[in-house]
Amino acid sequence: MDDKSKIEIRDLNVFAGKTQILKNINIDIPKNKITVILGPSGCGKTTLLKCLNRLTDLYPELKVSGQIMIDGNNILAAKEDIYKLRQQMGLLSQRPYPLPMTIYNNISYALKLRGIKNRRETHKLVMHYLEQANLWDEIKNRLREPASRLSIGQQQRLCLARGLAVNPEIILADEPTSALDPISSQFIEETFVRLKTDYTIVLVTHVLRQAKRIADNVVFMYLGDVIEQGSAEEVFGNPKMEKTRFYLSGTFN
Amino acid sequence: MTRGQKIEEKFFKALMILATYFILAILAIIIYSIFEKGLRSISWEMLTQVPQGGYYYGKGGGILNAILGSLALAAGATLLAFIIGLPVALYINVFLIRHKKVINVIRFLLDLVWGIPSIVYGAFGFSLMIFFGLQTSLLAGILTVTLFVLPIMIRSMDEILRTVPIGLQEAAYSLGSNKSEIAFKVFTRQSISGIITAVLLSFGRAIGDAAAVLFTAGYTDHMPNGLLEPVATLPLSIFFQLSSPVPEVQNRAYASALVLTLIILIVSLFSRGLGKRYHKTKINF
Amino acid sequence: MYLLNRKQRHVVNYTWMIISLLLVAFLPFLLFIGLYFKSVLLLHDYSLFDLIFSKSWKPASGQFGFYPFIVGSVWVTLVSMLISAPICLLTAIYVTQYTRKNFLRIMHPAIDILAGIPSVVYGLWGILVIVPFISRYLGPWLDVKTMGYSILAASFVLSIMIIPFILNILIEIFKAIPMELKEAALSLGATQWQTIKHVLLKKALPGIIAAFGFGLARAFGETMAVLMVVGNVVKLPKSLFDPGYTLPALIANNYGEMLSIPKYDSALMFAALLLLAVSLFFNLVMHFFIVRYNKF
Repeated sequence: MDDKSKIEIRDLNVFAGKTQILKNINIDIPKNKITVILGPSGCGKTTLLKCLNRLTDLYPELKVSGQIMIDGNNILAAKEDIYKLRQQMGLLSQRPYPLPMTIYNNISYALKLRGIKNRRETHKLVMHYLEQANLWDEIKNRLREPASRLSIGQQQRLCLARGLAVNPEIILADEPTSALDPISSQFIEETFVRLKTDYTIVLVTHVLRQAKRIADNVVFMYLGDVIEQGSAEEVFGNPKMEKTRFYLSGTFN
Repeated sequence: MTRGQKIEEKFFKALMILATYFILAILAIIIYSIFEKGLRSISWEMLTQVPQGGYYYGKGGGILNAILGSLALAAGATLLAFIIGLPVALYINVFLIRHKKVINVIRFLLDLVWGIPSIVYGAFGFSLMIFFGLQTSLLAGILTVTLFVLPIMIRSMDEILRTVPIGLQEAAYSLGSNKSEIAFKVFTRQSISGIITAVLLSFGRAIGDAAAVLFTAGYTDHMPNGLLEPVATLPLSIFFQLSSPVPEVQNRAYASALVLTLIILIVSLFSRGLGKRYHKTKINF
Repeated sequence: MYLLNRKQRHVVNYTWMIISLLLVAFLPFLLFIGLYFKSVLLLHDYSLFDLIFSKSWKPASGQFGFYPFIVGSVWVTLVSMLISAPICLLTAIYVTQYTRKNFLRIMHPAIDILAGIPSVVYGLWGILVIVPFISRYLGPWLDVKTMGYSILAASFVLSIMIIPFILNILIEIFKAIPMELKEAALSLGATQWQTIKHVLLKKALPGIIAAFGFGLARAFGETMAVLMVVGNVVKLPKSLFDPGYTLPALIANNYGEMLSIPKYDSALMFAALLLLAVSLFFNLVMHFFIVRYNKF
């Protein structure tokens, strides 16, 4: 295996009752690259993402088996300190869910959970992460306003900044631009491209054009199966599987 | 997670479990004490006879008058509330569907009315009664209780009716129906089980309430005979029997409470079997 | 087949709807105006301030001080809220955040039964269980002399009665919080309890306050159960173990004898008016509270 893999998923199976949502998934996610998980809706992309940071624990009806190795540790086996583990990953969901606090506190809360309590350092880092998420200039005078007053696009970038503030190594993004206008989407995409030098990014999307724009590595899923994975040039340029070719040509969506 | 955090979480979780089981335990105790006391003193005689002379000093008789009175009163009030309530609920959901603001005002008014204590309805009903020169009677009781259950009836039907899909309405229009036909045919048929639930819910409220009928329905040891005669009701018969110093009569109050509770449990069992729970307050984030 | 043609039937149906709607829409105003006109006789002779703050209640000699009843009502309402509010909040969090969905299937019928039990039966249960418990155990244990019929007994019975009402609203509120908000907090590394404490409670706060407000209004107007266990003594209660008297109990207890004295009649209607005003006020405020918050 590629020794630069950040995440290795082995024989991952997820059942919800009797229906199997993920079927024997094996994926390698390379470090400091944007890996796009592509596929029509309902193919299990979101569940896969939730397995990565153990949010599946929230749903007692889901049965998860297999291994997910992050830097060689199987996170599915971890019993203690799921909280530390989740801090290795920043999450960006389909719609922005700012915490019911001020803009400033949305970030500082994440810092607090990370153990940073010093006020000056907090100030500095809040500014830093808002800059990273391409938001600082727009809102630097509104930091004490409730986060819910921001536009949707700004909220999503705030959520990204919040996700970065736990100092993760991985960013998990679940169709992060599906609720956004084109300009905000572009903002997010640009930010991802910039961030990949420091982070490993896993992006779930069903927007083919978005995947083509920013993917380094592509995993194509269909109905709970991984159909094909590889570098973007390979998968987009010369797909091996028939289903991938169908999808890329827009036959099903 | 630090140790302090773990202890804090454990502490609050313990409190939560305690609170939850406290509620379940209280319910069990209430049901148990009512059944235990009630079953001991209930008899066939109590269910089939009216009070004899000296009943309140421990002589023979029963509470058939109150059982029938309560059923008549609750049925009358529910029927009346249904006749007034259904069209209102339909009007809101068919005719006003495009006027969200008006709908909100009406729903708000209904919620306000819902919150008014039943004793206020009782006092109001009583003064109205005096104003019109009426006696305490089954009719006055029915009218007062109708006002009291009306908001419950309308809001619970409203919650059901608002779930009728717009598409169904459009389909009916395209077939050439006019609005009131849509309301009374399409909507009522579509939500029949929800409407029955609303009716049963109102019936349960109507039969259990004492404060509204205290002033208006009066009380009598005779069987209910006619709308303009006073009528006995179960809640009041429990109340009066309990106020008696004679232990035997108090025991009959327990038996009467059992009868009332059973009626309400059966009604709520029926409505539960019929369909979805109804939630008064819906708050969307 | 039909008596009327389609158009006529439409007109009949429509008129029926409008008349019913008007009746319902004007009901709160009707109640208010009706009770106000009955209270005018009293309000004509006494100032509102005197009525509310005078301690002397002697209807036969024309003294109508509502203060003892108002104080009794406020005590009973507040103490019952103090008991039921934390219980409801803890339970609502537990059943929505910590248990599986099946647990709610047990909880919902339990809540419904509690909500369905009539007021008189609660009162009877209070007399059977709570009153003796206070007079025989709690009182002696705390070295207080008490009959059992007391503010405390009424508050306790009342707190049980409003639990289903408040709990139902709270459960709805917690269920309405999107799962993704929880996921967002957890993904930052918060524990479940931190998520509840810092995020969910904050998000739900206006709803929680409103639920308590609705519960308070309901408790204030509750009549029969309170009347049966509160003691009905016109005196300012000095402790929770003293008997008291509440506004609804005042109305319910005197409905027969009031007719002989016109002002007495008017005084009871004034008490009803007070109850109506409190109920409308609380429901109004809580309603706007929720609406405002949701916008922002």
